[in-house]
Amino acid sequence: MNTLSAICAFPLLALLDGLSVGAWIVLTGVATNVACALVGCFLVLRRMSLMGDAISHAVLPGLVVAFLLSGSMGIVPLFVGAAAVGLLTTFLTQTLHQYARVPSDASLGVVFTSLFALGVVLVKKYMAGLHFDVACVYEGALELAPFAQPVAGLPRPLFTTLLVLVVNLVVLVLLWKELKLSAFDASLATTMGFSATAMHYLLMAMVAVTTVASFEAVGSILVVAMLIVPAATAHLLTDRLSVMVVLSAVVGVAAAVVGYEAALFWDTNIAGMMTVAVGAIYGLTVLFSPRYGLISALIHNARMSLRVLREDLLAMLYRVEELGSDKPLTALAARKAVGGGLLARWGLAELVRTRQIVRAGQQLRLTDQGRKAARRLVRSHRLWETYLVEQLGMPLDHVHEPAHRVEHFIDERLRQELEAQIETQGQDPHGREIPE
Amino acid sequence: MTGLTLSDKVMIGTALLGGMSGVVGSFAVLRGRSLVGDMLAHAALPGVCLAFLLMGNRNLLGLSLGALASGLLAIGAVTLVVRWTRTKEDAAIGIVLSTFFGAGVVLLSIIQKPAIGGNKAGLNSYLFGEPGNMLTGDLVLLAVVAVFVLMAVSLLFKEFKLVCFDADFAQSQGWPTLRLDLAMMAFLAVVTIVGLPIVGVILMAAMIILPAATARFWTNRLHVLLLLAGGFGMAAGILGTKLGQGLPAGASIVLTAAAIFTVSLLFAPRRGIVARLLVEFRLRKRVVCEHLLRSLYELSESQLPQLPTLPLPRIREYRYWQPWLLDRLLSQAAAKGLILQVDQTVQLTPLGLHRAAELTKAHRLWEMYLMQCANIAPDHVDRDADDMEHLLPESLLLELEQQLADEGRLPRVQADVPASPHQLGSVGNRQ
Repeated sequence: MNTLSAICAFPLLALLDGLSVGAWIVLTGVATNVACALVGCFLVLRRMSLMGDAISHAVLPGLVVAFLLSGSMGIVPLFVGAAAVGLLTTFLTQTLHQYARVPSDASLGVVFTSLFALGVVLVKKYMAGLHFDVACVYEGALELAPFAQPVAGLPRPLFTTLLVLVVNLVVLVLLWKELKLSAFDASLATTMGFSATAMHYLLMAMVAVTTVASFEAVGSILVVAMLIVPAATAHLLTDRLSVMVVLSAVVGVAAAVVGYEAALFWDTNIAGMMTVAVGAIYGLTVLFSPRYGLISALIHNARMSLRVLREDLLAMLYRVEELGSDKPLTALAARKAVGGGLLARWGLAELVRTRQIVRAGQQLRLTDQGRKAARRLVRSHRLWETYLVEQLGMPLDHVHEPAHRVEHFIDERLRQELEAQIETQGQDPHGREIPE
Repeated sequence: MTGLTLSDKVMIGTALLGGMSGVVGSFAVLRGRSLVGDMLAHAALPGVCLAFLLMGNRNLLGLSLGALASGLLAIGAVTLVVRWTRTKEDAAIGIVLSTFFGAGVVLLSIIQKPAIGGNKAGLNSYLFGEPGNMLTGDLVLLAVVAVFVLMAVSLLFKEFKLVCFDADFAQSQGWPTLRLDLAMMAFLAVVTIVGLPIVGVILMAAMIILPAATARFWTNRLHVLLLLAGGFGMAAGILGTKLGQGLPAGASIVLTAAAIFTVSLLFAPRRGIVARLLVEFRLRKRVVCEHLLRSLYELSESQLPQLPTLPLPRIREYRYWQPWLLDRLLSQAAAKGLILQVDQTVQLTPLGLHRAAELTKAHRLWEMYLMQCANIAPDHVDRDADDMEHLLPESLLLELEQQLADEGRLPRVQADVPASPHQLGSVGNRQ
């Protein structure tokens, strides 16, 4: 928004409590994001992420009705209205699914879009003259948050979001184990005596209240993003719920700060930029997460292929030696036999570097150290073949392929166990010696 | 088309949109992808803004192509995230939806700076929908898309049907399910995107889901479903624009669709709530009526083949009845000629005896089956049999009877009804 720079330059308002306007905005963003992230973790774990999207749209008629009944935009009626419609959305969705057999995603879609349409009509009919902009519901007016009417010494958006943040925190701390259990195993929770249904409705009420608190500050789109994305990001980083909750809050804070700075830099919508920032953080996490990231998976896969390839090279050289062929293997032929390409070149170079193979001109030879490793592998391979034939009765021509795959994953203990299980000692089913 | 007034154009446009979103929405709903429409509608915004920034004007075709590009990108992103990460589909949809939309909001606020020229008036309609400024060109675009989508759907009908109902089977038969799935999504994307400027983001999502979910109440056949969904969509478009004068048109169209949905939900034959309640009510009625007949039989049993007159208090004692219910049941049974009711006494008629004997036989056969084949204790079988006897089909009864008779365990007592395996009028009977 181009108004932003103008507002930031306005000194009187900036003096409010000694904090700069930017700090107020970031603070509001942080409070919202953390409040959303806390409940969002449970939504994501329960695979109900889109419930956040749905409720954040469906609360619109609740807000209008609350406003019409109370005659004001007071915090309490808005929260009550929102929580009521949030619960209604949940209830209607469940009922349509259970009793009218509408598929669950379709019933969610039917309920929230209809409620939203109702809300739009109500706004048009009853609130036309008032300042209630539907666009504002989408985009929010974070830029204006510091200048809202103050409540208890804080700008109202910050006050409400802080309030909700505290409520969410308290509920989370008090009902931690109940929420945790019902998130992971709803039926177990119910059989143990805390109703998973009650937890479900509690969570939905929290989502609704959080959504509404965040509405006037940041708009529905940032709420939807902050309910889902920080939690999903944290889920890529850890397997522990407590860590996940903390991490998601951290992601929320980071998104607020980065988004604000980026919005300032490009002079554009702050809430939108925070959304983009959190999306970018998610994208980076998808790439770089140590445990579940794409790059670490890629590295892991490459390492595995390299190891398999090295071991295949060693075993191949061993077999050539065993045949006593007078035509030794050349490096080119060996690389080609394990698939060729850059990876084969690399694997061979590593074997040479670790002195398991020596190159004599174009020819390859095993060193003693390499031979020892190769014997282990060939032993694994042939033990497995023998086991498959003897114990599982597989035909002879079917055992090489599985043994070739599995030989890389057989350790010393398993080799001993296999040896104890098979009857013919010292020979594989093809009649070749099983090396000691 | 020049002879059309604006309101005619709006009505034709919304009808076309409703019809085709009903058709493509049916596939989305059946395939469990109802909320993909929602995501597409949100994800189109950055594409629209970028197209505007590139072209510098509001050409519907250009903006639509931009929207289509970012919509397809969003579908691709969701597919990849679900395939490559541990993020589940619902979260992936939410992430892509909100991030794309956030990017759209950012671009929109950049566009709205005075430094960027061009007519920006139409852009907001992508958020909230403005059927009011429909041009003849827009109408032509809608019609072209509608014809294209309908033709494609009818050409691929068999394939889509198979993928919708049994994707694994389709895969095993060698159909390219992934490509068919993507084709379905692409049609969905095209329809969503041409509809966006007319009804807006959320309400476009509604137009995808509502007509299809409505039609599902009325039929179990895919071609009927498609026709109905298209029809409901059209009806919502036309009625919504007619009735919603002075209201936001998108919202009134969706509310009309929601009203049609609610009516179907309540009154559709078989799947509707009223019809289902009626079935349940009838079953309950039959069950209590059968309980009455069996009680009468058991009370008369000792004096058969004479039909004794039974005093009303005995019947009341024998089994618990809601006070009002027994009177009604008796008068209904009397009307059907099953009993004679004189003053405070009741007597089975021969017809009533026949019916009651059959019921009692079913009850006792089932009890015996439970005891002998399922090893349930004699004092536990009465309640179970009470629940089951009304649902036992004739063929099963014959089989049970045959089985017990073959094993020589079918006691042949008067009127072919085996004796009760437990004491009559015991606690179990009173429930």
